[in-house]
Amino acid sequence: MQPSLPGKAQATLREVLPRLVLSPSLFLILLFVYGFIIYTGYLSLTDSRMLPSYDLEGFGNYANLWGQRNWLVALQNLAIFGILYIAICSVLGLVLAILLDQKIRGEGILRPIYLYPMALSFIVTGTAWKWFLDPGLGLENTMHLWGWESFTFNWIKDRDMAIYTVVIAAVWQSSGFVMAMFLAGLRGIDSEIMKAAQMDGASRWSLYTRIVIPQLRPVFLSAFVVLAHLAIKAYDLVIALTNGGPGRATELPATFMYSYTFTRNQMGVGASSAVIMLAMIASIIVPYLYSELRERR
Amino acid sequence: MARSTQPSFGTGKLMRAALYAVLILFAVYYLLPLFVMLVNSVKTLDEIRGGNMMSLPEVFTIEPWLNAWSRAQIGVEPTGLSPYFINSIMMVVPAVAISTALGAMNGYVLTKWRFPGDKIIFGLMLFACFIPFQIVLIPMARVLGMIGIAGTTSGLVLVHVVYGLGFTTLFFRNYYAAFPDELIKAAKMDGAGFWRTFTRILLPSSGPIIVVTVIWQFTNIWNDFLFGASFADFDSMPMTVALNNLVSSSTGVKEYNVHFAGAVLAALPTLIVYVVSGRYFVRGLMAGAVKG
Repeated sequence: MQPSLPGKAQATLREVLPRLVLSPSLFLILLFVYGFIIYTGYLSLTDSRMLPSYDLEGFGNYANLWGQRNWLVALQNLAIFGILYIAICSVLGLVLAILLDQKIRGEGILRPIYLYPMALSFIVTGTAWKWFLDPGLGLENTMHLWGWESFTFNWIKDRDMAIYTVVIAAVWQSSGFVMAMFLAGLRGIDSEIMKAAQMDGASRWSLYTRIVIPQLRPVFLSAFVVLAHLAIKAYDLVIALTNGGPGRATELPATFMYSYTFTRNQMGVGASSAVIMLAMIASIIVPYLYSELRERR
Repeated sequence: MARSTQPSFGTGKLMRAALYAVLILFAVYYLLPLFVMLVNSVKTLDEIRGGNMMSLPEVFTIEPWLNAWSRAQIGVEPTGLSPYFINSIMMVVPAVAISTALGAMNGYVLTKWRFPGDKIIFGLMLFACFIPFQIVLIPMARVLGMIGIAGTTSGLVLVHVVYGLGFTTLFFRNYYAAFPDELIKAAKMDGAGFWRTFTRILLPSSGPIIVVTVIWQFTNIWNDFLFGASFADFDSMPMTVALNNLVSSSTGVKEYNVHFAGAVLAALPTLIVYVVSGRYFVRGLMAGAVKG
């Protein structure tokens, strides 16, 4: 760098420079991620309403939260949505990957078609599906025009079924991505093992259930972690598709947090719901990252 | 991706046909919403109301697109989506550039200039990728107000840089970890310092990972809704927020054809990136999913 510096100072600079380069990022992360987590955690213990307040009141907000019908609805919806979303995406992704892995002509065309929804904003996806599922304009209307008069599909207007339309749109968006993960996993399996099993006369079914699918366990785990954390964070899609409705029928923790914090002036309750969301994600991500980071060293 | 490595089974013609039928059926399923949006964005409103969403337009009109771009009512202003499209670009370009540059340097330090505690720092950054952003919304609104950039594009740039850092660092770290240490050592022996080693040895071979990172950041930031909805005011609103305002506004006639044209406009930049460089897009997704 500067040749005029005495050797010792130069050596010190060499030592310090890498850490100096890393420090702005580290500072940003410590402040905007961990500092903010602590701040929100603190607010969840205060009597904050419209504006943050620093008067501690203990765990009142949490008690309040678990007494809110809306929160319980949001959790129940998250359970329905999360389980179906993860299960359907995994099954669909696996099946598509296996089918695509049969030396398909045109794979290069099909694969991008399966995957492109992942490049779209959830707002775009929600807009498209909101209309597609609208009984008066979308699928139901089309079926009627095609002569299937008795066809009804009005889930998006139905309080009990609306959450399943969120599943439909979310699966459409993410299943291609899961397919790509499984496809990469399938291509990584040693073909010698497969050939040997085939020689032994293993049927196609048992080849897949006994040999291939068990080897894909790491992919299942990765897919689960990615999908679960997307499910817990799900916000945009619900806003665009149903805006939480009809009524509050498609409320999820993310929409609950937003409306309690910013429109209902219950910031303390909103903060406590955010803490619960963080805890849910951390319980999935931390063990995963821990094992991933340990394995590779 | 590599060609299929699996032995293909002696499949009958019928099975083969069924296989292709299923695969094509799924392709139709994935394409259908896009098809419906495109087809109905060039129909007149009367035709949409009276007709079938699957049918091709009887009268082709580009009017909805012009409306969506420059005339549609967003909030109270009949500006169309164009100012918000520009807002998104003004937000995305600096946010992607800064977060990618920082990620590259972080990845370099964390792999080639290791020091005690670097793994903990990386772990902290990695976890930051996954936090639910609800946990930072309240303090972020306060801090943006305190430093005087609340409701501005600069504010959104800061937000996206901060919450993109984890991923960009992860991408570069994993890429540089596979870069042979011997070359770095040789450069150091030749007297190359910290920056020289980076710019002369690592950067020239970082092309692929830069592309992956830029695409990943571009897609994520362009598609973001939560931060835009929380921290932008009317003049800095990004495209996704403006689109949602357009589509969900409850006043006046619902102009579905304009909504579709707007939705396609909002999707276009990321779709183009995906079509042009899908390979890198997939690599980014994989790298984001499979850590190490």
